[in-house]
Amino acid sequence: MTGDSTVTGDSTVTGDRAASGASAIIRVVLPAHLRTLAETGSEVELTVTGQATQRLVLDALEARYPVLRGTIRDHATGRRRAFIRFYACEQDLSNELPDSPLPGAVASGAEPFLIVGAMAGG
Amino acid sequence: MTAVRVLVGTHKGAFVLTSDGKREHWEINGPYFGGWDVYHVTGSPADPDRLYASQSTGWFGQLIQRSDDGGRSWQPVGNEFAYDGEAGTHLWYDGTPRPWTFTRVWHLEPSPADPDTVYAGAEDAALFRSADGGKTWQELPGLRGHETAPSWAPGAGGMCLHTIVLDPANPGRMFAAISAAGVFRSDDGGTTWRPANRGLRSEGIPDPDAEVGHCVHRIAMHPSRPDVLFMQKHWDVMRSDDAGESWQEVSGDLPTDFGFPVAVHSREPETVYVVPITSDSLHYPPDGRLRVYRSRTGGHEWEPLTSGLPQSNCYVNVLRDAMATDSLDECGVYFGTTGGQVYASADAGDHWETIAANLPAVLSVEAQTLP
Repeated sequence: MTGDSTVTGDSTVTGDRAASGASAIIRVVLPAHLRTLAETGSEVELTVTGQATQRLVLDALEARYPVLRGTIRDHATGRRRAFIRFYACEQDLSNELPDSPLPGAVASGAEPFLIVGAMAGG
Repeated sequence: MTAVRVLVGTHKGAFVLTSDGKREHWEINGPYFGGWDVYHVTGSPADPDRLYASQSTGWFGQLIQRSDDGGRSWQPVGNEFAYDGEAGTHLWYDGTPRPWTFTRVWHLEPSPADPDTVYAGAEDAALFRSADGGKTWQELPGLRGHETAPSWAPGAGGMCLHTIVLDPANPGRMFAAISAAGVFRSDDGGTTWRPANRGLRSEGIPDPDAEVGHCVHRIAMHPSRPDVLFMQKHWDVMRSDDAGESWQEVSGDLPTDFGFPVAVHSREPETVYVVPITSDSLHYPPDGRLRVYRSRTGGHEWEPLTSGLPQSNCYVNVLRDAMATDSLDECGVYFGTTGGQVYASADAGDHWETIAANLPAVLSVEAQTLP
């Protein structure tokens, strides 16, 4: 699925693409309940302009699927909900700063950005 | 042809049970929102095809779902419940101040007159209102702004605003009940509030007859007599004849006066139902026998209703929002259990049938009478 949402954010990291304002396709994998809510498949592709960061990717995701607002980031604080995790390239990025650049393989679309419901509960 | 629709919220989704007016055969549809906690599903008195559901999980937070076709299809609407202004603090379990934090919506109460107006009771305790069919929500901050609010503390289930009662005769009058703060009443449409707990006595708090701090589990009103309220408190079944100005205990001859739901017969305002539970530390029926108790005298004198209910080895609970009545000539009574059973009586409680046997733990039951 090809996304058509473009979210423009301020880039905090310099780079050829960021400097030029070029767009990139970011692959995002959603957990099952959020796929159901968004009425989409497990992986979505989003267009992000500038340096890909967690914040820009989530902004683009919520712009395309407004029903996901509040389900990944708390409405009041804007922070990741406690039982949500962000993984990519076999790394836990959950506690990275929202404006830190995502790994190059995510920014290039080679690897997906995984939004995961933490293992808990019954 | 008259029909009945029973709306069931469970720990793993919502179900819609329908029958004709005989209430003998039931069709079960669902789960809707499978895998999510559905604390409450209810319908608009002004438009029975307009339903609202509160859908949440600890992972993904809160959603509100709306149906405009009696539950056949649903659309997520607004889910932003922002406390008005500075959130302030209430007391936490350890007695320290804790900032008000939204967790979930426990109860939805549609306006009797307008399908697009609906109230939501939240944890941490606050009252929200939508006037656009659930798209946007605004807090009615006067309740949480009450001078006693910094002293409110949660019950075991969280500090939830779980009961909203709208007075059909006085559009400005409404009641809200909070565990464990108690009952509050507004006479101006929710702008200002005052505690309505005089007469309550709770041994579990330092001052047993304090103005606030009571663990009220549920209140119920008959629409034809809005000044009469019934209450199931943590312990004690109570009654008010003056719109909450004062309360008197009517537990009478109940085997135990601990419990969660209380419901009123739709045509007999003095006929009341409770489900006695052993104690605050044993949340199951006494002696493993599931018995609904009915009073036809507005309290004090109670009779057990057992026909069709398990009378041995039954250790389920019936939660505060999980009992309802329909408004047919012969009043139907419905309740759901934490064991996933939904029971129905088409004769005001004399006989019960199991209309769903193996659902997830039931959180709420509402009954709609359809023309």
